[in-house]
Parts: sequence; C-alpha cells; structure tokens
Amino acid sequence: MSQTATMTGPAPDTHTKVESGPRGPRPKPFFTPQKIIIYSILVFFTLYFLFPLYVMLVTSFKTMPEIRFGNIFALPSQISFDAWVKAWTSACTGLTCEGLAPGFWNSVKITIPSTIVSIFIAAVNGYALVNWRFKGSEIFFSILIFGSFIPYQVMLYPLVMITRELGIFGTLQAVILIHTIFGMPILTLLFRNYFASLPQELFKAARVDGAGFWRIFFEIMLPMSLPIFVVALILQVTGIWNDFLFGVVFAGTQNLPMTVQLNNIVNSAQGTPEYNVNMAATVLTGLVPLIIYFVSGKLFVRGVAAGAVKG
Amino acid sequence: MQTSVSIKDLSLNFGSVKVLEHLNLDIAKGEFIVLLGPSGCGKSTLLNCIAGLLDVSDGQIFINGKNVTWEEPKDRGIGMVFQSYALYPQMSVERNLSFGLRVAGMPKAEIDQRVKRASEILQIEPLLNRKPANLSGGQRQRVAIGRALVRDVDVFLFDEPLSNLDAKLRSDLRVEIKRLHQRLKNTMIYVTHDQIEALTLADRIAIMKNGVIQQLADPHTIYNKPVNLYVAGFVGSPSMNFIEGTLNGPTFTAADGTAIPVGTYDFVGATSGSTKAILGVRPEHIFVGEAAADMPFKTEAEIEIVEPMGSETLAWTTVAGVSVTFRCSSDIDIHAGDKIQVGFDIARGSLFDAGTEERL
Repeated sequence: MSQTATMTGPAPDTHTKVESGPRGPRPKPFFTPQKIIIYSILVFFTLYFLFPLYVMLVTSFKTMPEIRFGNIFALPSQISFDAWVKAWTSACTGLTCEGLAPGFWNSVKITIPSTIVSIFIAAVNGYALVNWRFKGSEIFFSILIFGSFIPYQVMLYPLVMITRELGIFGTLQAVILIHTIFGMPILTLLFRNYFASLPQELFKAARVDGAGFWRIFFEIMLPMSLPIFVVALILQVTGIWNDFLFGVVFAGTQNLPMTVQLNNIVNSAQGTPEYNVNMAATVLTGLVPLIIYFVSGKLFVRGVAAGAVKG
Repeated sequence: MQTSVSIKDLSLNFGSVKVLEHLNLDIAKGEFIVLLGPSGCGKSTLLNCIAGLLDVSDGQIFINGKNVTWEEPKDRGIGMVFQSYALYPQMSVERNLSFGLRVAGMPKAEIDQRVKRASEILQIEPLLNRKPANLSGGQRQRVAIGRALVRDVDVFLFDEPLSNLDAKLRSDLRVEIKRLHQRLKNTMIYVTHDQIEALTLADRIAIMKNGVIQQLADPHTIYNKPVNLYVAGFVGSPSMNFIEGTLNGPTFTAADGTAIPVGTYDFVGATSGSTKAILGVRPEHIFVGEAAADMPFKTEAEIEIVEPMGSETLAWTTVAGVSVTFRCSSDIDIHAGDKIQVGFDIARGSLFDAGTEERL
C-alpha cells in the first residue's frame, strides 16, 4: 500500500519542467492545398452523378405545360402529384392502361421466390463444397464458376426450348427457375468463400458431437452467416428486380415485371410523350433497389469484406 | 492390460503424399498418450483419423475392442478438444455443452444433470449463460473440455489444446488436465509440439517424424535413452550437445582429436572395430568445479556466454572443437571469459551411429 502511495506522489522536479518546442499532437490545418483539391473534385463528381436524379425528381412533380416551357433545371412552380398517380394507376403499358401497379406486383412475385430459392440452394452448395468434399467437388465448382462467364444470350434460346418442353414457358415458374439458375454461380462462390473462412474445427466439433449434414447447416453454419446472407439478398433482389431480358422472354404477357412495363410506358409510340409520368414511373421502379441499398449498405460492406477474407 | 485404442497398420495418403505409413499403436485403458512432433509430422492427422474426421487409406482402428474404422465420429465413443476451442459462437456455454446430447435426443433431465456435473468438475458454473465471445481463452478451453466431458466417452482426444493460451495459463491448465485425468481415469490422446507438455502429462510419449513413430516410451526413457539422433535432438531444451567423432572400443575420439573415454557407457549391443559415431550429452550432465573431478572425461574450457535463468544458469563453451551448452546451479558464480574445469557424465550420455543415427 505504501508503495503505491509513493508511486502516485508528486513527480520529481526534472519532469515538471517543460522544455520549449513542439509538444502534444501536431496541429492539422484544414485548408491545405491538397484538401481543397480533393474536396472540390469530390463535390464536382457528386453533383455530376446526382444531377440526372435531380432532373428526374423535379420533372416528375411538374405539369406538362410547365415542362413544355423548357426550363428543365428549374424547380416546379407548383408541386403536382398527378404524374405519380398516373404512372402508378393509369399509364398505358402496351394494350392495357392500368399503370405500373400490376407490374410492381409481378416483380414482387418473381423476386421473392427467386431470391429465397437461389440463396438457399447456393448456401447449401457452398457449405457442401467446403465441408463435405466429395470426389470431383473441385471440378464441379470450377464448372459452376465457368457458368458465370458464359453470356446469357448464348443460353437464351436453349432455355426457351427447355422451359417449353417442361410446359412452363411464359409462366412465373419459368422466370423464377431462370433467375435461380443464373444466380447460382456467383452466389455459390460467395457462400463457398464465406464458409471456407469459418474455422474448420467448428465443423469437426459438430461432427464429433454427432450432428449431421442439415443439423450442422441449420444450427451451426446459418446462425454465423448473417453478413453473407445480407450480401446475397442485396445482390439477388436488385439483380432480379432490375432484370429486363428474362422477364420479357420467359414471364409471359400476364406476368411482365415492372422493368418491362416501364419500358412500355416510356417507349410508347402513340400520343405525346408525358415526361413527368415517365420520370415518376422510372423513380417508382428504381425505388425498391434504392431502399435496399439505403437500409443495408453498412451490412453489405461488412459482408463483402467477410466473404473476401479467404479465397 | 486392457487395450483401449488400437491402431493397426494405418496408412493415409492425400493424393500421392503419404502422411501416415503402416502405423501401429496400442494404447492401454486409462493411459495418457502424447503424440509429440514438429508441425507436419502427421500427429494431428493421426488424431483426426482416430476421431473419424479423416477417412483412412488403409489399416484399422479399434476402440474398446470394436472395429471403428468405418464408423461415424459420434459412434466411436470419443470426445475431442480443439486448439481453436471450436465453440459454437451463437450458443451459450450451457447450450454448447449440451449440443451433442441434444443431437443424440437425450431426455432433458439427464442432459441437465450431465451439464451440471461437467461444469462442477471444470468450475465453469457461473459462466453457463454466457456466450463464448464473453469468455477468456482459459475459460473457453475449459468449456471445450466440458463439451467432451458431458458426452461421457471412453477416449478423450486433445488437438494442441493449450497452444492458443499464454504461458501462464498454459501451465495452469496443464496441471488441470493432469488432475482431470487422475480423476476421470479415461484414456487420453494428446497432440502437441510442446515437449514440456508432453513430458509433464504423458504416461507414454510417441515421438513422430514424417508420419512414423520414432519412439514410444515413458517420458523418462524418452529423455534419458532416446533411440535415435532425431529423438535425442528434439526432446530437451536447450537441446542435447552432439560431438561427432569415431568410436573405437571404449574410446571415443572427437573430430579434433580429443579422446573421450566412454567405458562407463551402457551400450545397447556390442560394437566392433572403429565406427563413426556421435556422442550426445545433455546440458545438465556436464558438471563444473569439484563435481567435474569425478567424471570420466574432464577438460579445461573457457566460458563464452552466460545466461542466468533464475533457478539455474546456462553457459556456452567450446569442448573438443564443438560449441557446448551446459546447465549449472545459479549459485555458481561464473562469467564470460572464465576458464573452468568441465566434466562429462558419460554414463548418462548417448552414443549414436553416425550412419544409421540409431542408439549404440
């Protein structure tokens, strides 16, 4: 006790004397030439990329007469939601004039099952490829990865024939199947790398504890893989939501996704182009991926980093 | 003596790489066996084979007289403790301990009772509701041992369980594992590259090199009568001093011409004529001062470096043209540059054939 007392007592004189000269943290001035240049460039590019969005938003809130006036950068003189309502409920998408709402629900019906099925299969694939190596598993994986390099267009016609033979061409099932297949290579790679980064001993311990394939997957691996699931979810939701090609080819006229219907609105040849409706419809279609990014951006980065640890 | 684990003619290849070759090992019931060797010698691989986590290429494994070569890990009656603890991170300690039992579909009451017993033995009762992330390294390793304990198995497998801990905790847990073994009297197979762990814990040590067991014996024999040059050099810290030379009858002539009488040495077999040989002497079998006077070989040597270790002192010198380390009491006052008399206790030394590296 007495020893600690002497330790905390007044320091010897030599230490109390402060020498002149630099002491403490080095001062960091904010306005240095480098900083000014960096920030100006950043601000310039931010504006450059945000400008189209700005134009879209202001145009969508304007009325047609105001748009014809020509000043596309000006704020709307009077905010009008008519274009938004029309885009959602009554804009003409080809033959029907029901707006984007049916397309939105079609996209939901396509995106949700495709996302769930593809992620689930890819997670099981990745888990099996890492932990339950079988003869030829590396070759199987290589072939799967090779699949992601083949252009979609090459496979389009064969897939049309396959789905036709299966009797599902032009249905929701067909487009869900196609999305699941094309999501497989990249998602499997993602999950494989993530599971490979988890300690192997964990898997061994579970084996010794008597857990089998599915039990280890659901009780040990899945609870540890939230970050990578978020990544896969974002990739799939935005990818499938933004898809145009597979929707227009495989879904059939009754199930056209939102992107296809947006195209039909924007590119309709009849009547005068209603720019405000087009802009509103475009923003509406882009809203889902946008919300996903905003909500899960942080988790996304963390997940990508986690998956990238080991190859 | 009842056999607990018996490995017969075991081989394992990864592609064309032979990791284990025709390995035989019999382990008695209740025995504590340590597999000791440098990394890459196949000791962990052997343990994984016993656990059933690796498929063997050839040979058989028996546990309690039952051929388990093709059995699943859970059906072998083993529990395993890993170096990285391998605790399930999302489960509490209690659920970590009970996972195996829940998988086996054991009634709740029995699970609770077993978890309680294991946590009492390992003194982890206050931690039962914590997650592994909130435990210290030593606590995690206890839980990992507990996970093997609740399963009430015959054979415990330890895969370098203390290597991730700091020096202090390592020696604490080492004693605890020994205490646990004395209490439970299970068969334990323990893999390590740390010779102190091996010497302190083992009933018998199997020293491995390139997938082959070099020597299987109790720690005393391993240390004092190593069967070959490899074992002699691997065990002991600082390691044994080796002097190359020629053996001719009862005289060993070092490379620089120094003659060392080895008449007191206990030869394994008869040697004839002159053979190239290596004389090995442990640092503690070299004496200084008065004690050196009684030794069959003594010489004047100059101290080069002194390393005081507290309880003892290590010193470096040159004898017969070879750098030699010896160990002496810290009470002896020696300094670099001193010229002192050193004596070799040849009876406790080792002689190896320079060609075969086998003990002579």
